[in-house]
Amino acid sequence: MLDYIKSYLGSSTTPGQAGNTFWASVYILLIFLGLSVAVIAMNWLERKILAHMQVRLGPMRVGPHGLLQPIADAIKLLIKEDIMPSQADGFVFWVAPIVVVITAFTVFIVVPFGPTHAVTDMNIGVLFMLGVSSLSVLGIVMAGWASNSHYPLMGALRSSAQMVSYEIAMGLAVVSAVLMTSLNQTGTGTLSMIGIVQSQQVQQVWFAFKFFPLGLIAFFVFAVAMVAETNRAPFDLPEAESELTAGFHTEYSGFRWSLFFLAEYSAMIAVSSIAVTLWLGGWLRPFPHLLSGSTWDLVFSLLAGITFLILGLMAFVGVFRMPKHPYFRVQTIGLAGFGVVLGLIGLLLFLPPVRDRVQDIFWFSAKVAFFMYLYIWYRGTFPRYRFDQLMKVGWKVLLPVGIGVLILTAVAGVLL
Amino acid sequence: MSNPPNTLAPSHQDLSGHDQTFLDTNELVLNMGPQHPSTHGVLRVVLKLDGEKVLGTECIIGYLHRGVEKIAEHRTYAMFNPYVDRMDYVAAVSNGLGYCEAVEKLLNVEAPPRARYVRVILTELNRLASHMLWLGTHALDIGAITPLFYTFRDREEVLKIFEKYCGARLTTHAFRIGGCLYETYEGFEREVKKFLEFVTPKIGEYEELLTTNRIWVERTKGVGTISAKDCVALGVTGPVLRASGVKWDIRKAQPYAAYADFDFEIPIGQSGDTYDRYIVRMEEMRQSLRIIAQAIDRIPEGPIMAKVPKVIKPPVGEIYHSIEAPKGELGYFIVSDGSTQPYRVRVRPPSFVNLQALDLMVRDQLVADVIAVIGTLDIVLGEVDR
Repeated sequence: MLDYIKSYLGSSTTPGQAGNTFWASVYILLIFLGLSVAVIAMNWLERKILAHMQVRLGPMRVGPHGLLQPIADAIKLLIKEDIMPSQADGFVFWVAPIVVVITAFTVFIVVPFGPTHAVTDMNIGVLFMLGVSSLSVLGIVMAGWASNSHYPLMGALRSSAQMVSYEIAMGLAVVSAVLMTSLNQTGTGTLSMIGIVQSQQVQQVWFAFKFFPLGLIAFFVFAVAMVAETNRAPFDLPEAESELTAGFHTEYSGFRWSLFFLAEYSAMIAVSSIAVTLWLGGWLRPFPHLLSGSTWDLVFSLLAGITFLILGLMAFVGVFRMPKHPYFRVQTIGLAGFGVVLGLIGLLLFLPPVRDRVQDIFWFSAKVAFFMYLYIWYRGTFPRYRFDQLMKVGWKVLLPVGIGVLILTAVAGVLL
Repeated sequence: MSNPPNTLAPSHQDLSGHDQTFLDTNELVLNMGPQHPSTHGVLRVVLKLDGEKVLGTECIIGYLHRGVEKIAEHRTYAMFNPYVDRMDYVAAVSNGLGYCEAVEKLLNVEAPPRARYVRVILTELNRLASHMLWLGTHALDIGAITPLFYTFRDREEVLKIFEKYCGARLTTHAFRIGGCLYETYEGFEREVKKFLEFVTPKIGEYEELLTTNRIWVERTKGVGTISAKDCVALGVTGPVLRASGVKWDIRKAQPYAAYADFDFEIPIGQSGDTYDRYIVRMEEMRQSLRIIAQAIDRIPEGPIMAKVPKVIKPPVGEIYHSIEAPKGELGYFIVSDGSTQPYRVRVRPPSFVNLQALDLMVRDQLVADVIAVIGTLDIVLGEVDR
């Protein structure tokens, strides 16, 4: 058994490919935990960033600067009464959030956090991700139908139409990225997530900047389609609060609702991961050629630790800005403790063995975090599209642009 | 699965259709409100939908009916004054102004010049506050959540001035029959001037977020269009009428208070769609700033209250007086039987009349447009139901 566990350690593939069930399970567990933490953090960050964009403070009461607010909310949701409308279709109503959550989590099997940091590497990785994530529309339609109520029904119809139409534009953008991977001696491309990043490494360019501006346009098409795909502002019609109260999950509450919430955020992270993998070089660090050499390698590898140290420092600034009232003593100590933890993580990341293993994950997460910030920014800035305009943007703008970019990419690939 | 028979709108021929089963391709009757996040209070709209398309609407009102007009018959003229603030609680000062001026006309009293200037300043400040609230909620309905917080931040400054002047922020009861009860406080003029300086760039800030925003333009242009003819036929007034191209503003047409003294423009639109109404209201906010600036420079000295008998007993007769409230023409029709209490008070609320245009404006448009149109009509249910 121990040998079986140890046998993987020297391997240079993912545990899935190495056929090592133990390490695959460990990775799945780590991803699950990491994702849950990310969703909690995202919940807090979204509320805080949005609040600061809107000249208010956001959560401030539960824990210092509301840091414990997501946890308090989670507890509240878990202990709420489980309500099912009397006219609802019980089984479908029960199964819908589960379908949505399972699809949202399953896609992470192939997300490459590093050359070996994925549960497995499929040779159809991108297809798998697109296919599985598009299954979530099934759960949404089920939720809308089973609720047996008008608002959820309309939300579900909108959502299915929206996701189906934007998947096409998204797929076209993905194809042009896949096409770019085939620009090598053998002329064979790859659909494997790890393979795509590796071919960006070999070609020495992130695909977003390949065949300028073609790669950038395809990236843009994908970036728009992925916001629509995850039903976020400005394409949040299915859950348009001001029109359909809460859209497809109007009738859901408590734990079932929190499953939808969890699925929405993990889907956001999932599509951002696809975008990062396809266009922004996955786990690769920026400027590998402009700033090359061992000194720069060292500098970039230290950035992960530095980031955490800065976060810890920010926590300590917060400590000194806390009101000096006895009421806030516990919170101040808590915030200081949080800062210490962040600082220690930062210091830990400076250790050479850790540093080398973690910097792939760091760069990947940092790029995903950038997309997460964009999501919040969009939400703070844009009004909401109307249904017909949404369809128009999808079919009449993104689809032709996607096809055009695909053709031009093919031509450019042949000629250049 | 069979649904219970449709009882949503039994009175309406169009809406009491025969949708008995869930799988028919009948029209969908959607009940929007009275508890809905964007019907601006307790408005209930029954929508008949074909998919996303609106085939017809019916407004069901009365959830906030408090019998204000009936209450008036059992109160003296002065006692009824605070009640009018509770109708359009967003623009309480305008309500008070209309009522006080109507009773003054009935009594044949005129407020002294200084009081009239103070009235203009406060009413225009109130117009700003009302339009800011409208902008924030309207943008929120269309999905832009941020302008709401900006407008509320700036509206707060108006409310602070009100609070300093008369102690109340929302239902101000600022004016009395015959003038104003309170003299302006120390530093009133300076603070109003400071507010003008503060708020002028802020209006540009809102416009920056919305006016040229592609999504905003797409969501509002050509949505809820209403022609000038329909507006006049329905009695629609205020910015909604002006956006359709009719240059009708009671401040100019039948000047009251001190409006004749000021130089300001009446912004009008052309197409009468939601975007034009937005532009007209934004411009109106700027014009309000102009009026306030002129009034604060020229405010005369003198008494703030006219000679009004202790017991207000207007002669037998009736009067209709209307003012330009932020939402449109706000009229008071008061019948006096010579006693201390009005025989009848009838209010012509702009929101109530404007709401009638909803059905015309949203027919054959989409569900999302209903929300946009309710927002652009700028209704306050307290005033619709009274």
